Amino acid sequence: MTTLAKPTRTARPQTGAPSPRGGYRRLGDLKIALLFIAPAMIGFTFFYVVPTIRGVYLSFTEYSILGDPEWVGLDNYTALATDPLFWNSLAVTGQYVFLNIVLQTALALGLALLMHQVAKSTLVRGALLLPYLMSNVIAALLWFWMLDYQIGVVNQFIEWAGIPRIAFFGSEEWAIPTQALINTWRHMGYTALLIFAGLQAIPHHVYEVAKLDGASPFQTFRKITIPLLRPVLVLVLVVTVIGSFQVFDTVAVTTQGGPVNATRVIQYYIYQRAFTESDFGYGSAIAVILFLILALVAFIQMKFLKGNESDLD
Amino acid sequence: MSTTISRTAAVAPARRRRPFNARRAGAWALLLLAIAVSVLPFLWVLRTALSTNSSLASQSASLLPADFTWGAFLRVFGLQSPADAIAEGGSGAAIDFWLYLRNSVIFSSITTAGAVFFSAMAAYAFARLRWRGRNTVFSLFLGTMLVPPIFTALPNFLLIKNLDLLNTMLGMVLPYVFMTPFAIFFLRQFFLNMSREVEEAAMLDGAKHLRIFFQIVLPNAAAPLATLALLTFIGQWNEYFWPLLVGSQDDVRVLQVGLGVFKSQSPQGSPDWSGLMAATLVSALPVLILFAAFGKKIVNSIGFSGIK
Repeated sequence: MTTLAKPTRTARPQTGAPSPRGGYRRLGDLKIALLFIAPAMIGFTFFYVVPTIRGVYLSFTEYSILGDPEWVGLDNYTALATDPLFWNSLAVTGQYVFLNIVLQTALALGLALLMHQVAKSTLVRGALLLPYLMSNVIAALLWFWMLDYQIGVVNQFIEWAGIPRIAFFGSEEWAIPTQALINTWRHMGYTALLIFAGLQAIPHHVYEVAKLDGASPFQTFRKITIPLLRPVLVLVLVVTVIGSFQVFDTVAVTTQGGPVNATRVIQYYIYQRAFTESDFGYGSAIAVILFLILALVAFIQMKFLKGNESDLD
Repeated sequence: MSTTISRTAAVAPARRRRPFNARRAGAWALLLLAIAVSVLPFLWVLRTALSTNSSLASQSASLLPADFTWGAFLRVFGLQSPADAIAEGGSGAAIDFWLYLRNSVIFSSITTAGAVFFSAMAAYAFARLRWRGRNTVFSLFLGTMLVPPIFTALPNFLLIKNLDLLNTMLGMVLPYVFMTPFAIFFLRQFFLNMSREVEEAAMLDGAKHLRIFFQIVLPNAAAPLATLALLTFIGQWNEYFWPLLVGSQDDVRVLQVGLGVFKSQSPQGSPDWSGLMAATLVSALPVLILFAAFGKKIVNSIGFSGIK
């Protein structure tokens, strides 16, 4: 990687103790360090730290952007507790997250295993990655067209197969699965590449030993591949869950929350309350709840799934 | 990377002994199916974009364009008269795609250049300089990766509004231009692994940190910097939510937002599918070009990064 690397006499620790060559490092480059992080610090402070605090503050206020925020304590949260639209958005998002986890993980795992068996070429991996590089908006429009009820190509196939046409975006039972399918299409290859990288890291001799012991392919998969892939699978699960909870673009471009409330996911509901109904306090309160859910997901990942530890070590 | 090569080499002889069997053929078939599902929609989009709207319904099963025409692309770029557009089954709605294209280029370029450069500076301070509180500050920076974008989007919108920067390019780029937590994380990894030898030699010659940064660290990190810039640019090009909130007026509206507008402008009865698909392709074109040019770099970065 680095052309800088010359043969070194001793491997020196990358961080920590100052160089023995005196005068190279007086402990503390604080001044110059401040200069180097100054721009990032501005961005960090004004667009991450302050808004995070302000977001929590706003959730305790009533704020319609025209006047000043008015402190109302827990009012927004008590209102949330009895807001059917909020509970519906949670349920709808949960459904979407669940479908994504199942579809994406299963398909990606299968794809990664296939790639591992027969094709490692960049061309194959690149082709699978193509949808991931497209924006949500493009993925949404492309499928909005292909899944059109009247002249969409998918419904043409469905009709040929002798099945009645499906109103993918227009029926309440299909709206969320359709959104999940679009998202799965977009992310399937990317997730497969992550898992594929994990498969590549499993040492070959582990499999050879299993073969010598007479393990069947299924046993090998269950007892070796899956456990050794655990850190990657956990990462994939967390990324998928956290990403899915924040679905917005495809919904905004295609169904806009409908039909009825079938696709009014959490982030779309926040958007509606804050930006179309100018209710920033209430919108912020829902955002706090979403934040807490995502923090919980990350916490569960760290505590219970031991995602950072690999059985390889 | 090196493991890939050595492992392939180790596996290859065993494979050659059985060049074909049913399992491998089945695996290939499934893999090709997945590739088809990934790639074919783009061909269908192209086919639609080259069709005439009025013929789409009657020739909905043909793989070739229905009544081939460049009309949809002309329409997208504002080169088709409303009369011709309506004759081809378009809505006749005018959309200034050149303007959106320009805005997308400006928005993505500025945010990418700023975020990569300033993040590199910060990453240098986190990886190569020693100062009290360094690890604490770095952890705080990383912690912001956990904050969902929607959560900061509301207060950030209010800030930009209070600064009177709504519908300005400055307001659109400000939250991204100084840093992204991922960029700092990504570059710090590379800077940590750089050899200290040349840096020390330069030090002894009296070079200052700024010179080391510009003349040694940045040139030697050209490859990771380019990969990061590529990933950042694609991510920014595809950004929708923030530009939707802040840049809703024509003079700063980016392509992604413009696409949504174009879609909703189509009258409910007969959407301008050809125009919409042509617009979609135009919006995807820069990413497709980057992918054609740097596909290997992008693909190889996936295993490393974990999260985009």
